[in-house]
Amino acid sequence: MDVFIQQLINGLTLGSIYGLIAIGYTMVFGIIGMVNFAHGDVFMVSTFIALICFLLLTTVLGITSIFLALAIVLVVAMFFTSLTNWAIERVAYRPLRGSFRLAPMISAIGMSIFLANFVQVSQGPRNKPVPPMVTDVIVLMDNNGYQVTLAWKQIIIMAVTALLLMGFWYLVQKTSLGRAQRACEQDRKMAALLGINVDHTISLTFVIGAALAAVAGVMYMMYYGVAHFADGFVPGVKAFTAAVLGGIGSLPGAVLGGLLIGLIEVFWSAYFSIEYKDVAAFSILAITLIFMPQGLLGRPEVEKV
Amino acid sequence: MAVQLAETAPASAASTSVIGEAFKDALITGLIALGLFGPLIGFETIVIDGVLGLAYRPQLLAVMVGIIFFGRLILNLTIWSPNRKPKARSGPTAFDRAGTVIGPTVKPLLLAFAIGFPFIASWSLGGLNESRYLIDLGILILTYVMLGWGLNIVVGLAGLLDLGYVAFYAVGAYTYALLATSAPINDFFAGLLGATFWANWAFWICLPVAGLFAGIWGMILGFPVLRLRGDYLAIVTLAFGEIIRLVLINWTDLTNGGAGIASIPRATFFGIPFNASENGFAALFGLDFNPMHRILFLYFVILALALITAFATVRLRKLPVGRAWEALREDEIACRSLGINTTNVKLSAFATGAMFGGFAGCFFAVRAGFVSPESFTFDISAMILAIVVLGGMGSQIGVAVAAAVMMGGMEMLRNLGFLRQVFGNDFDPSLYRMLIFGFAMVAIMVWKPRGLVSTRDPTIFLKERKAVSGDLVKEGHG
Repeated sequence: MDVFIQQLINGLTLGSIYGLIAIGYTMVFGIIGMVNFAHGDVFMVSTFIALICFLLLTTVLGITSIFLALAIVLVVAMFFTSLTNWAIERVAYRPLRGSFRLAPMISAIGMSIFLANFVQVSQGPRNKPVPPMVTDVIVLMDNNGYQVTLAWKQIIIMAVTALLLMGFWYLVQKTSLGRAQRACEQDRKMAALLGINVDHTISLTFVIGAALAAVAGVMYMMYYGVAHFADGFVPGVKAFTAAVLGGIGSLPGAVLGGLLIGLIEVFWSAYFSIEYKDVAAFSILAITLIFMPQGLLGRPEVEKV
Repeated sequence: MAVQLAETAPASAASTSVIGEAFKDALITGLIALGLFGPLIGFETIVIDGVLGLAYRPQLLAVMVGIIFFGRLILNLTIWSPNRKPKARSGPTAFDRAGTVIGPTVKPLLLAFAIGFPFIASWSLGGLNESRYLIDLGILILTYVMLGWGLNIVVGLAGLLDLGYVAFYAVGAYTYALLATSAPINDFFAGLLGATFWANWAFWICLPVAGLFAGIWGMILGFPVLRLRGDYLAIVTLAFGEIIRLVLINWTDLTNGGAGIASIPRATFFGIPFNASENGFAALFGLDFNPMHRILFLYFVILALALITAFATVRLRKLPVGRAWEALREDEIACRSLGINTTNVKLSAFATGAMFGGFAGCFFAVRAGFVSPESFTFDISAMILAIVVLGGMGSQIGVAVAAAVMMGGMEMLRNLGFLRQVFGNDFDPSLYRMLIFGFAMVAIMVWKPRGLVSTRDPTIFLKERKAVSGDLVKEGHG
């Protein structure tokens, strides 16, 4: 039971991170029908931006309050990651709108390879050990020496995720930007006829997706204490799995899928084998797509001629 | 990274404001570049005594931003200048014309060059042993030409984006590696046909088996996923590629895990081993023993395999199944309404492509004599895909040229020693290999989405065959 609760906590933390990345996939897919293959690498870039900003704040500027530093890092990482994703959309995807259907996907694969190798070349191929930031833990249960703990960083991750998701939900449901975004998702041509700037809306979708990925990047860096240039690929695929599992195009689905994938991964590692945890995640992706392509909360896809 | 803002400028603007606008636009681009490159190029995270610290690179950052700013300014004043009239896009471009006009004449020349290459190399370098490097490079390029042609069936002809092609390459390689080193099979044949039979014949027996296995795997993987639409298919094939690699790493009882399988039997001249013994190739043919004979033979084996792939593709395109592949690429819904069983057609393309991947994998194992999961990462899939994309999906000659350019270019990067004198001693040009690959993929997609040679060759025509530019063909959903 105690192992179960501990894994539940770990799984929800990991799931929050996946959920934040998954929203970027699901939003972009919803609005332009494309799998943004480079999104995982945008997430990885954000961990590096966050790391550099954190080092600047603590070693050069000498900020001692870890929470203040983290808050600044969060804002800075969101800004620069959004800028990066905005530029990527502008350079690699926008010229291809209206091209044949594989073109944006191939461009995105190229962009993903480019980003990973850009970081490798500019920051070096080695693991970057991040100094531990928040180390306090709360002991929830003590059962003959096996302690069930809830780390402060886990609380921070879950709280920040929940807060951001509420803000994000408000943005999509209640503001004019969200309305324009949902309109473009339903019918881009009609939205354009009604005076919505479609290009602008698509750009903003990429910006929002990147901002959420940046939050995930900061959390990932804080939680695992490491940054590495190749760390975008696997979390990216897992987050995409989450988006598919929840029903691609559905925002609550992405979060639900993220939490489920996090839980499945953690429980699989704890109870079966840690070597095959990635195989488990990839298999879920394949199985979901084959048997339940619309996902848990998604609408069934209707093919129009 | 240039952003195309210039299009919005009015065409009738006076020349002073053109320069002003161009300058302003370049300045904005420069500022964006500063924001993009600022964190990652301006600072470097370095580990000193186990503690992470920062190093500063303001000069490098200034150089990068400067390149973007001036590049953008020059482009704004020349190519993107509003005074220039955009060229009407119609018909095949120069590249396409080159592909269709020169193609037929160049093909026999290229073939002759490929056959004569080892002799030219050894003649110009003054000996077989001296030309080893060049012939090895030739083998590498031909392997990728073959893989490119194999994937071309799936991506170029049938229009299915397969991101896990390396899985079939791995299946082929491991099939050969496991069968050839298997003791029970060796013992079985030793009792039946002599002690050295299996070591001498393993490659020739396993080559078709490897292709068959890869093809069967293609069917097994393809059957459930081929109902999916394009991008889903890409992701699922990617997942399968990773699953196969992870299984190869973790199933240590069978595959020896990450350590790989070593001492795989070498290729033989149809049962005659390349060694210095009395029954060896050199002794039987009255030549002096030279280890290069085996390398030369490998070169011709991969050349033959690649040509078989190309020939099979050309013939298949003329068969109903090949036409169905191409029809499927252009419009899946139309195909379905014409009564084509899309699942079977897709499956056949997938399995055929996988089979050629398996042949190439078998060849890889016999050439290297060693296989490990490290050789079958996603990077290889991406590289083969990049070759197909750059060459122009569906074009045989384009893929061959792209493979030669990319693999040859990669080798050249390794030899650019003089760049060290410019950038300092720790500069390693081969690190930039994948960076250039990724950039080239994006650039080609933006600039020429159909690849360098992108004509559509009509299979049915009235009176004369006309090449159609790929840009003019619209593809439906699939």
